[in-house]
Amino acid sequence: MTYGAGMPASAASQTQAAPDTPSARPVRDGVGLGLAVGVSGVAFGAAAVSSGLTAWQACVLSALAFTGASQYALAGVIAAGGSLLAGTAGAILLGSRNTLYGLRLADVLRPGGDSTSARRWQFLRPLAALGVIDETTAVTLAQPDRRSARRGFAASFITLYLLWNVTTLAGAFGAGHLGSPDEFGLDVVGPAAFLALIWPRLRAGRTERAVALGGAGIALGTTTWLPAGVPIILAAAAALVGTLLARESGQR
Amino acid sequence: MTAIWVAVLVTAGGCYALKLAGVTVPQRVLDRPRVRRFAELVPVALLAALSAAQAVTSGHSFDLDPARLAGMGAALVALAVRAPFLVVIVVAAGTAAGLRAAGVA
Repeated sequence: MTYGAGMPASAASQTQAAPDTPSARPVRDGVGLGLAVGVSGVAFGAAAVSSGLTAWQACVLSALAFTGASQYALAGVIAAGGSLLAGTAGAILLGSRNTLYGLRLADVLRPGGDSTSARRWQFLRPLAALGVIDETTAVTLAQPDRRSARRGFAASFITLYLLWNVTTLAGAFGAGHLGSPDEFGLDVVGPAAFLALIWPRLRAGRTERAVALGGAGIALGTTTWLPAGVPIILAAAAALVGTLLARESGQR
Repeated sequence: MTAIWVAVLVTAGGCYALKLAGVTVPQRVLDRPRVRRFAELVPVALLAALSAAQAVTSGHSFDLDPARLAGMGAALVALAVRAPFLVVIVVAAGTAAGLRAAGVA
């Protein structure tokens, strides 16, 4: 099991984790992000109901789709009176980045060694799959080793799943009685959290920094003229270019 | 009404299937160095893109909200001085909320 090759961020994040015990940090990071982002389910619940979904439809989306961007995309198309087929297709297209995250997380979450843990993984994998989203991926990959990564994944997934569903319910049934999430600065939580969580990777190498800048550039450059969410998926092209170029120059 | 339920359930099923597809990729595919490197870089590209898009855009247009930008600036400062993750988040949200409450931005 070549763990070091699988997680080149290890050195960088370990220097940051210095004051913590190894087991506390992933749980604290995961629960912290889960709480901060999970409350925004209120905004989704309220937006979904005002888009024309019933409260229960909003709740089913949060429970079973469990990926914010796709949920908003479907609600947005329904609100605009667009075709349900196009709305569904767009929402599913947006979910395709979770496939790319899953590709990476499978390598980290899969247990090594004995057949008992391999069997347990067979059993847990369909459940873990539900939790493969932006936030859990970010927390998992920010951890310095495989064990912390699994703990970080579990902590962020459980916290975020419970809170996102409870707050969707609250937002869907209580729409209109709540203050704006912006008042509490919650609109900054997402972008600041994603930046903070890839920060160790950005310190790790020039290729990582170039890929991050490229990804951000692609997204910002195409956001005004492509359907919402597509620019984020296109940003994967920066990772593809980074893979090919770094290989040619012999750099990792 | 029923049509919307179909859309909701197909969306949920499709999103789940895409997640499951990613985590069921056979180990030997990931053992190829190029695939592994690509899988490592994808989250960096996508999360950087999400961070940038959520910071400065809204829907299809650029939206340079002063309080949000100040919050992102505060996050960068906190990261530069190696603040822990949760401190970065609290500083960012607190800066934006504080500026809005004060009516400055």
